[in-house]
Amino acid sequence: MGKTKDKSGPLARRPDNSAFKQQRLPAWSPMLTANTVLPFFYLLAVVCMLLGVWLLLLVQSTQEIKLDYTDLGNCNECFDLRRNVSNAAQACSCRVEFSIDKSLKGDVFFYYGLKNFHQNLRRYMDSRDDGQTLGRIKILKNPSTYCAPFDKDKYGVPIAPCGAVANSMFNDSFSLTYHLSSGRSVPVPLLRTGLTWYTDKNVKFRNPRTDNLTLAEVFEGTRPPLYWQTPVYSLDPRDPNNNGFINEDLIVWMREAAFPNFKKLYGILNRADPNFEKGLPKGNYSIDISYNFPVQHFQGRKGVVLTTLTWFGGQNHFLPIAYLVTSSLILLAAVVLTVAWWKFGKDGKNMKE
Amino acid sequence: MLICFSYDFPNISGVFLIRIFLNFNFLQTNAIKTSKYNFFTFLPLNLFEQFQRIANAYFLVLLVLQLIPEISSLSWFTTVVPLALVLTVTAAKDATDDIFSFQADLLLLSSSEPLNLVYIETAELDGETNLKVKQALPVTGDLGDDIEKLADFNGKNQRWCIYSITSTLLFALILQIFGSLVFMCTILAIGNYIWEVKNGSNFTVFLQREDSAGFSAFLTFWSYIIILNTVVPISLYVSVEIIRLGNSFYIDWDRKMYYSRSDTPAEARTTTLNEELGQIKYVFSDKTGTLTQNIMIFNKCSINGKSYGEIRRLNAGFKPKTHKDPVDFSFNALADPRFVFYDHTLVEAVKLENPEVHAFFRLLALCHTVMAEEKKEGELHYQAQSPDEGALVTAARNFGFVFRSRTPDSISIVEMGNQRSYELLAILDFNNVRKRMSVIVRSPEGKLSLYCKGADTIIYERLHQSCSKLMDVTTDHLNEFAGEGLRTLALAYKDLDEEYFSRWRERHHEASTSLEDKESKLDELYEEIEKDLLLLGATAIEDKLQDGVPQTIEQLAKADIKIWVLTGDKQETAENIGYSCNLLREEMKDVFVVLGHSPEDVRQELRNAQNAMKPDGAANSLLLTEEKSENLLKDEEANGEYGLVINGHSLAYALESSMELDFLRTACLCKAVICCRVTPLQKAQVVELVKKYKKAVTLAIGDGANDVSMIKAAHIGVGISGQEGMQAVLSSDYSFAQFRFLQRLLLVHGRWSYLRMCKFLRYFFYKNFTFTFVHFWFAFFCGFSAQTVYDEWFITLYNLMYTALPVLGMSLFDQDVNDVWSFQHPQLYIPGQLNLYFSKTAFFKCAVHSCYSSLVLFFIPYAALQDTVRGDGKDVADYQSFALLTQTCLLFAVSIQLGLEMSYWTAVNTFFVLGSLAMYFAVTFTMYSNGMFLIFPSAFPFIGSARNSLNQPNVWLTIILTSILCVLPVVTCRFLLIQLCPTINDKVRQAKATPPPPPRRSRIRRTSSRRSGYAFSHAQGYGDLVTSGRFLRRPAVPRASGFPQVGRAATGFSPMGRSAGYSPTGRPQNLKVPDVEVTSLQMYRTFSDGAP
Repeated sequence: MGKTKDKSGPLARRPDNSAFKQQRLPAWSPMLTANTVLPFFYLLAVVCMLLGVWLLLLVQSTQEIKLDYTDLGNCNECFDLRRNVSNAAQACSCRVEFSIDKSLKGDVFFYYGLKNFHQNLRRYMDSRDDGQTLGRIKILKNPSTYCAPFDKDKYGVPIAPCGAVANSMFNDSFSLTYHLSSGRSVPVPLLRTGLTWYTDKNVKFRNPRTDNLTLAEVFEGTRPPLYWQTPVYSLDPRDPNNNGFINEDLIVWMREAAFPNFKKLYGILNRADPNFEKGLPKGNYSIDISYNFPVQHFQGRKGVVLTTLTWFGGQNHFLPIAYLVTSSLILLAAVVLTVAWWKFGKDGKNMKE
Repeated sequence: MLICFSYDFPNISGVFLIRIFLNFNFLQTNAIKTSKYNFFTFLPLNLFEQFQRIANAYFLVLLVLQLIPEISSLSWFTTVVPLALVLTVTAAKDATDDIFSFQADLLLLSSSEPLNLVYIETAELDGETNLKVKQALPVTGDLGDDIEKLADFNGKNQRWCIYSITSTLLFALILQIFGSLVFMCTILAIGNYIWEVKNGSNFTVFLQREDSAGFSAFLTFWSYIIILNTVVPISLYVSVEIIRLGNSFYIDWDRKMYYSRSDTPAEARTTTLNEELGQIKYVFSDKTGTLTQNIMIFNKCSINGKSYGEIRRLNAGFKPKTHKDPVDFSFNALADPRFVFYDHTLVEAVKLENPEVHAFFRLLALCHTVMAEEKKEGELHYQAQSPDEGALVTAARNFGFVFRSRTPDSISIVEMGNQRSYELLAILDFNNVRKRMSVIVRSPEGKLSLYCKGADTIIYERLHQSCSKLMDVTTDHLNEFAGEGLRTLALAYKDLDEEYFSRWRERHHEASTSLEDKESKLDELYEEIEKDLLLLGATAIEDKLQDGVPQTIEQLAKADIKIWVLTGDKQETAENIGYSCNLLREEMKDVFVVLGHSPEDVRQELRNAQNAMKPDGAANSLLLTEEKSENLLKDEEANGEYGLVINGHSLAYALESSMELDFLRTACLCKAVICCRVTPLQKAQVVELVKKYKKAVTLAIGDGANDVSMIKAAHIGVGISGQEGMQAVLSSDYSFAQFRFLQRLLLVHGRWSYLRMCKFLRYFFYKNFTFTFVHFWFAFFCGFSAQTVYDEWFITLYNLMYTALPVLGMSLFDQDVNDVWSFQHPQLYIPGQLNLYFSKTAFFKCAVHSCYSSLVLFFIPYAALQDTVRGDGKDVADYQSFALLTQTCLLFAVSIQLGLEMSYWTAVNTFFVLGSLAMYFAVTFTMYSNGMFLIFPSAFPFIGSARNSLNQPNVWLTIILTSILCVLPVVTCRFLLIQLCPTINDKVRQAKATPPPPPRRSRIRRTSSRRSGYAFSHAQGYGDLVTSGRFLRRPAVPRASGFPQVGRAATGFSPMGRSAGYSPTGRPQNLKVPDVEVTSLQMYRTFSDGAP
């Protein structure tokens, strides 16, 4: 089968004496011996234990406040109002109050959260057009059929941004107020930009090139998604640079969550304000909510989360605990293996034939 | 006139094209077209054929499913890229095969000759110049030359049998996998139905759906079929082929299976059977030319009470201990230069004109039925009936008694340079009962003498009393010779009285012309004259074993491989070789010899043997286990070591359907089985019998055309190459030059191939099941919507790029212990025979392991990412980050698992494993880069995911945690198993810490009192022919002539990936094999030729 070489002589067909062909390549043959496995297990158990403890301390040092406002307080009325789709255009606002017992130090992040909202359904996830949100002019008015039935309205007017994802964008808005013990109320300033991945804001999402046109003019000939109250070019009335496809709320929403319960970043405490230089002081707070997003349809809940972070992220106890559990499992296995080795395998007793 | 079809088999696709060609007058050309494709037809034809393969068709269906938007859960490229790659590789292979195919297979339909025979010269194919006899199938042969009938003839396509145990298992497993695939998809479809009813209907505000929940479930089923199809990835087939090819190349490249004397490397002629080499349970071996070199050497002799012969060791392969100069025969111009003798005293005795020595060699020169050919002056060429005779006559020739020529009534010899012509008065021929032959000659001086040679016991009975002293001495010598495994003959002579002889001659003439009872009358006459003989001495001939045969057989026996020798030789010869090659041993409790001449006798002998070996043995009916409508004979253990020798005529009864189980049971209880005097057809029948009732892999090894049937019948056929004939090699799967290479082929290459293939399959299923099951768990979180867990590019490249090379590297390089240790502990071979490494249990374990790993790989990232954000508060719990995290965890977990599987880390393996991981990151970062997204926004939506999530410590902590949890139970279990119940492999690997002992070259010496067989062989002698004068100048007909259906030509079946699917004793041939009449003269051949 091998190539015949142009050798001649009595040993013309003798195979080469290379280590590869003779299967004699130098190699390392590791084995599971007591000398390697047992120390490794004990070491690993210790490492996991230390890691677990350290992470646990880290996570414990963060603070988190969760509020489910679906039907909390006077939001109950809005909840009932949103039951009926025909009232969608009707505004509704409510207020929830809470207090912070221990000040949240450092950067404070404000999230909104949804439960039982399946952003990970295949047909839902497919229902978007990245070409359109990339600002491609041709696609802007001719969105992909993947967006159907949210690609065009019944008059054939293209929807921008198209698709079920954009259409279902979360549209509650919040304003947080700090009630000083003196009775004075101070609005808590939230940064509403810098919420997205750099790549999303600068590469993945772009507005169509304006060429001296205003954003509204560029989007002329398209219409906002059916459920939207405002067109995409005026999502943020305060910051003209946060409009169109690069609106950060839109970008955050368009990064679909992996699981049906998720939270998304709404704003970051602006610590430039002297009242909140060190974070959120303890005291009473209230959130005024413009209650728009209906959750009854999917039997969901919605809420807000205020949290501080470490380099490790937010308050998720899973990893530290998992490391501690793993550490004890390894230790248990190590002990069992040691016993087995001591009783049976030591001195190679069982290896004798 | 010859009517033929030419046809080719594409690999295993089962399609074949039939073309009619040949020499009818109205057809213009009789050129044989052997290639299937030309430049233009290649692509369409090849694609057409490939899509007929069930696997490829399956993937085509998947591709079509993906084109339906409602179903498509993956982009088209996830299937197209692998499919295209597989098709390209296969097409390339087919093209190469087509270009290099040179053999036209002819299907012989009919012939004008009687019995539908044709004679074929195959010199261009196999170098054998004689004519080979082939016979057409009776069913087509009966149609004669009626073209219309032939054209209408509808041949039944034989079912393709995949007999290979691994392949059968694999096939069954793949069916099961498909079953579980459908099962999983059904569960998920039901889940989808429930979800749609409970949740989905509420969600329609955000995601409109016109279909009913039932229809949605239906579509989901197909969507999941697409997603989960990776349980049986198409690349499995390609990888298996590559591994088999690689392991075949190792066989070709092995220097230790290269025979320098004939410049013959080993050759793997098929690439599909390597792993079965590691599972061989039965080896069927030919004797002559396979175990022995078929070279008879005049080794020693005893003349008048003096023993001659050098003190050389018997097994001459290893260097003789004593280096003596061979005797110089230059004094004799007619000496055969190839003849070597080391004892100078004998030639001195000849030169000193010792009368006994002269008589001894005169007898050898006169008393035989050899014929001489002298093409050029002084260049003698002997044609002997048996190599033994040739050896004796050649010995006489070199010692100065040159047999030169014969006529029906004279023999010319050159005695010490003097030409003398003896008148040949009678040949008292050899037969099985007489066990001797004699000639009566008149010397030129007119002296009448009878020269007799034969079995020592027979000769001794007929000696004159005066020899009794000489007898004792000679008996000692004979025992000595026999103990060394030499074949002995005693020689005797007597001078005859002229008057007595003339009377005897008249009576002889009467008897030989009488019509009644001729044989017994002749026997009486012979008996009468062959008495009062004077003992001359004895010869000892070595039937030279090939080098290392006893050691090989011992090794194979230790590996629990049963060796059956199937030989055409007669019983004594075969038994003798059995002893000298260590197959039969003195220590054996008993060696049963079955010689019965009637069915009852044979059955009784077999039963007796069974009872002796297994006194409490159950009745036969209980021994069969029904397994899938197949009857299998259980393996049994005898109460000691036994051997069985069965003769051809008894075997014929034993192979009858009423007795075959008795025979098989007896034979399987024995350590060694020798079947002697068997026909080629019987050889194949024995193999078929074992295949039929034993779930075991069989291997047949042989060198000649008469072994072809056996070689084809066995699962694996091995041909001894480098000899004159090529037929055995051409029909074999593996070929090499020496029998001793068999142990390397099985214990090293076979074992490694099997191990590698099993490791490969186990790991391959593990990695794909794990990959796929994660989707299953995710379904419960994504509303059973057939959303994938991973990025589509990852799904496309997982099998092709990220995990292909590491597992290939393992399957090409892995060795649990090296070859020295494999030889040291042949027991390492046993797990393969029991198919322990890849059984249903192993597969089930592998599935459970995957299930565990997939749970870890889904739920750990799920819990770790759920509700988590990056260190800067931004999103990391999004789908894309989760997909990236899970696929990275998966890749790490399967790579580490591979590392655990691998017991032989070469630099290449390290490079492949690390390279694949590096490749993964390189490709991932490229696919997720800005540039790719800006070119194809819809194909690369994962832009930035890698940069934004892989810089997070908690992502890496998750990866480490999943890796630890995936590996932890595996290491724990393996370590515990090694400690508590170590396998033979563990023990050997443990012992390996010490340097391997030097390879043993223990010489097996037999000290035996057994009297060795006498040096006649085969059938009735040819004295009649020699004296009849009918013999000269007729072309020799080959030894294959007794068996007309040997070549592939006659059977019209060329199994390319043949897993012994071919059965030469199968239906048509079995019906009736009219023997081609063998005239006695055809049995003559030059004795350099291999014997049957």
